[in-house]
Amino acid sequence: MITRKVRKWEKLPGKNTFCCDGRVMMARQKGVFYLTLFLIIGTCSLFFAFECPYLAVHLSPAIPVFAVLLFLFVMAMLLRTSFSDPGVLPRALPEEATFIEMEIEAANGNVPAGQRPPPRIRNVQINNQIVKLKYCYTCKIFRPPRASHCSICDNCVDRFDHHCPWVGNCVGKRNYRYFYLFTLSLSLLTIYIFTFDIVHVVMRSVDNGFLNTLKETPGTYPLLFLSDFLEYLSFTVLEVLVCFFTLWSVVGLTGFHTYLISLNQTTNEDIKGSWSGKNRVQNPYSHKNIVKNCCEVLCGPTYPSVLDRRGLMQEDSPVSAASAAPSSSSSNSSSSNPVPQTTKTTAPLIPNEHTPDDAKPSIAASAEKSPSPREEHHPPAPKVPPLASPETDAETSIAKDKTH
Amino acid sequence: MHSASLANKVFIQRDYSEGTTCKFQTKFPSELESRIERTLFEDTVKTLNNYYAEAEKIGGQSYLEGCLACATAYLIFLCMETRYEKVLKKIAKYIQEQNEKIYAPRGLLITDPIERGMRVIEISIYEDRGSSGSSSGSSSVSGSTAR
Repeated sequence: MITRKVRKWEKLPGKNTFCCDGRVMMARQKGVFYLTLFLIIGTCSLFFAFECPYLAVHLSPAIPVFAVLLFLFVMAMLLRTSFSDPGVLPRALPEEATFIEMEIEAANGNVPAGQRPPPRIRNVQINNQIVKLKYCYTCKIFRPPRASHCSICDNCVDRFDHHCPWVGNCVGKRNYRYFYLFTLSLSLLTIYIFTFDIVHVVMRSVDNGFLNTLKETPGTYPLLFLSDFLEYLSFTVLEVLVCFFTLWSVVGLTGFHTYLISLNQTTNEDIKGSWSGKNRVQNPYSHKNIVKNCCEVLCGPTYPSVLDRRGLMQEDSPVSAASAAPSSSSSNSSSSNPVPQTTKTTAPLIPNEHTPDDAKPSIAASAEKSPSPREEHHPPAPKVPPLASPETDAETSIAKDKTH
Repeated sequence: MHSASLANKVFIQRDYSEGTTCKFQTKFPSELESRIERTLFEDTVKTLNNYYAEAEKIGGQSYLEGCLACATAYLIFLCMETRYEKVLKKIAKYIQEQNEKIYAPRGLLITDPIERGMRVIEISIYEDRGSSGSSSGSSSVSGSTAR
């Protein structure tokens, strides 16, 4: 048995990729992110190379300087959004998963064989609204309010907004403000470059005396215009095209997120229509004041990452594809992270129709082994949070409260 | 070898009644009834809740920190510690102190919530098997948070 120290990020479940020894965390597919980088850096390089010398001389040197600052800010926000932990919630360790299972069992009582058990939902009251917390079968936790499971990254993310392929990462609690500032500053940069491209075209045309040429020789004007145009302004045309298409999408996105921030909603909630007003459910997180909502989202505290990516842990057994040492009685170990986090735990699971298919064989397998390392646990506490009565569809209703 | 062995774990859940701010339920779990006084437990959880409220408070200082950081394109966080991180250090110290003074003598151990994704406060219950009755089993755990 070889014991070696590894960084915790190497053992994290989920489909993220890590770089720089755990300092950088991104989604697996990064192709679109590279495209974003290419478009921004490419267009700005053309702008700095071809327009800026002319504009600096003929208009003002402040123009390229401001453009450089704006470009650096955009890049900083993009990299910060892409490389940081969006607010991933770590999966439950086996003991916690078992504890939750026992609570669920206690609340559900005895389900007669053949009948499907009720969906796993916990009701909480937030600011006088009933919010339903759903159980995540992958992470084995009840998701906190506003958290959602990203299927692309295979993680539960706190205050999940959406998974953005353009930045190659999820957008959640920890990086939402960077994402917003990225779209905002990119809008400004696009408008800036677009404007000065047009200014450049106009000034070049005026400089080359097109207006005079037009007056004297109207017939040959198109040919002259075309050749000079191609000579000086082809890159400008390219930039204008990129900026034009970017403008519509990015400015629109910035406007949309400004709207969401003023209401303290996430994209996920907006898409699902969680607070759309039907059933008289209102957003319990909104302060009902636009300024307060904006301040909370943009100037709120900087939440720390709860994923300890660069911490060290012991790896006890040689790496093998099968069981990652679940039977090492790790609940008694003290000095290091005792249990390597695996996606399939040995906690007893009650399969029902919501159990993902790939978990069912492992349930059958673990039912044959001894289910839990400890035998003498106390009976579950009678005080458990109220669970919903059986509903046919857990997805839609947020606060139907039919049974009350 | 340790004379105490892990018997059970209790998980104190989050209290979402005031929103998504970090707050734990002060409800006293029945498993701890024989091990520790209710008031001591409630004090610990309430103090932790106060620390988290301090870290997440939205007010003058958080605005200042936010605006200053934004003006520097958040590069300032490469050299400066955020207010939340400072409070987390205080919390770690507080938990270690509580473990040493109150919980370890009673055969209990509190795990810092940050190690459980801020979802639960995990309290491990140890049973004394050895005749010496020393509660040495827990002291090695409290100081080894590797961050």
